[in-house]
Amino acid sequence: MIRSLPSSKKYRGGFTLFIILYFIFLFAPLVVTMILAFNDSMYPSLPWQGFTLDWFFGNGPEKYGIFHDQTNLRSLFTSFKVAVAVMIVSTFLGTCAAFLFEQENFRFKNALYFLMIAPLVIPGVILGISILMFSNTIGLFIEDHLGIYVSFLGPGFPLVVLGQSSFISTIVALVVSARLKKFDHTLEEAAYNLGANKAEVLWFITLKYLRPSIIGGAAMAFLMSFENFNTTIFLVGSQATLPINMYMQVRDGSTPVINAISFLLILGTSIFAVVNLTKGNKKLL
Amino acid sequence: MMKNRQHIKWGFLFFFLPVVLWLFLLIVLPHLELLRLSFSKANTGKFTLDNYLAFFKEPIYWLTFVRTAGYSIIVTFLVMVISLPVSFYISKIARGRMTGALMILILVPFWVSELIRVYGWMILLRESGILNHFFVSIGLFKEPVEMLYNDITMIMGLVYTSMLFMVVPVLGVMDDLDNALIEAAYDLGASKISIWRTIIIPHCASGLVNGGIIVFMLVLGSYLTPNLMGGKNSLWFTEQIYNQIILYFNWNQGAAFGFLLLALSSLIIWVLLKLTKQNLKEVVK
Repeated sequence: MIRSLPSSKKYRGGFTLFIILYFIFLFAPLVVTMILAFNDSMYPSLPWQGFTLDWFFGNGPEKYGIFHDQTNLRSLFTSFKVAVAVMIVSTFLGTCAAFLFEQENFRFKNALYFLMIAPLVIPGVILGISILMFSNTIGLFIEDHLGIYVSFLGPGFPLVVLGQSSFISTIVALVVSARLKKFDHTLEEAAYNLGANKAEVLWFITLKYLRPSIIGGAAMAFLMSFENFNTTIFLVGSQATLPINMYMQVRDGSTPVINAISFLLILGTSIFAVVNLTKGNKKLL
Repeated sequence: MMKNRQHIKWGFLFFFLPVVLWLFLLIVLPHLELLRLSFSKANTGKFTLDNYLAFFKEPIYWLTFVRTAGYSIIVTFLVMVISLPVSFYISKIARGRMTGALMILILVPFWVSELIRVYGWMILLRESGILNHFFVSIGLFKEPVEMLYNDITMIMGLVYTSMLFMVVPVLGVMDDLDNALIEAAYDLGASKISIWRTIIIPHCASGLVNGGIIVFMLVLGSYLTPNLMGGKNSLWFTEQIYNQIILYFNWNQGAAFGFLLLALSSLIIWVLLKLTKQNLKEVVK
């Protein structure tokens, strides 16, 4: 039954087979996607036509690899900009929230805490449309009453960043809170006794202690922003982010350049995941 | 002492203001606006119930809604059924370093974006896909069969994309299960089935509910997987929302749909929490 108990060969073998099948199920789509990035064919499918790097480096006339594909490169850059902005905003908000809920006491604390975790159980689509509608209403109001057209309230970069931050901040807050809970407050007291002021204690003691979780939360925020589709689709303006650009290509039929992008992204996220997990940041899903 | 207290006040505001601004400007007010628009006429802004009445009058709308809810429950249940033996194997049967390796392996695919994972399945399953190529070449199929764009494939895809959010919490509680309990039951002659039914599953209940809430919410609100792997007729409710807002530009109707989806997900989560006597705070930990 378990390690310490005797079990029949059949039971153990059957269970192992199930796990092997499960892992094949888990990895098959990823492995196939990665391999087909190197197939010398115009379509992401078999038969195998030979090995090529054209879908990475090809520069026409037939095949444009990812490094020469202007549309995809532009959306990659857009996603990168968005992800950096979201990382900064949500790391700041999340860390503030962690301090607020772990170290301060105030009226309606529980109600506010409930509001903070609510974005985790609100579907991303709803966050997207509600923020779109709200900012549109504000934009119309300003235009009607002040006669100014405020462009950042329409779909576009600022709205995407705000929309994604609305729920990614919560995740950073939970990651940072988990570490702040274990903080030994005698360290702070010792620093006060030695004459440090509040800002110094915060900077040299508490934040220093929190650094691994803040870095972990920020990395997580970057990745979640980079991959987000559901919220972004409603807020994006003329500049598509990478997932949205890829979605349109996948839906309408694509060349293996999508596989090449996927190859790079899978490689990137895997390295990122393994580094994070082996460093023991188990809180990071 | 007086001086110190003043500092604390400033520190409190420094954390409090950003968090309150975030929660009110990006969560509370947008959702109130969503609610207001859902009760407004398209151009005049007058109060109306038409948007909700349209939902009940048009069978396509409420049928999609019921279908989405039903399939989300099925997917959540399937994910529970698969996650139990998988986490049992990793936590109780695999030995030594194997446990750690499997843990990392199981997490890595889920860091990769949903779009790439769905794309991988499309490459595998479509008419010109890898599986068809393979089955035809070994003579199992006479000609390629379209395996995409049906409900079973869509359910499989949804199970695949949301599995991690069940495996992680279930693994957590499975680790806490004392092996001695299973050993004792075994020594007293309990069968495997009764060990599962009376010890393992009851012990894992909290992990299953926590995972179930997140999985249900994700599946209900997912757009990419049903859109790319399911049938072409917009039969997932998020697609109806997308159509109203992006295609028909009927924001008021879209707002009503969004609110209905939000109400459904909140209701089911609330019921799950009440049934298991938990609160949301414990779930997100």
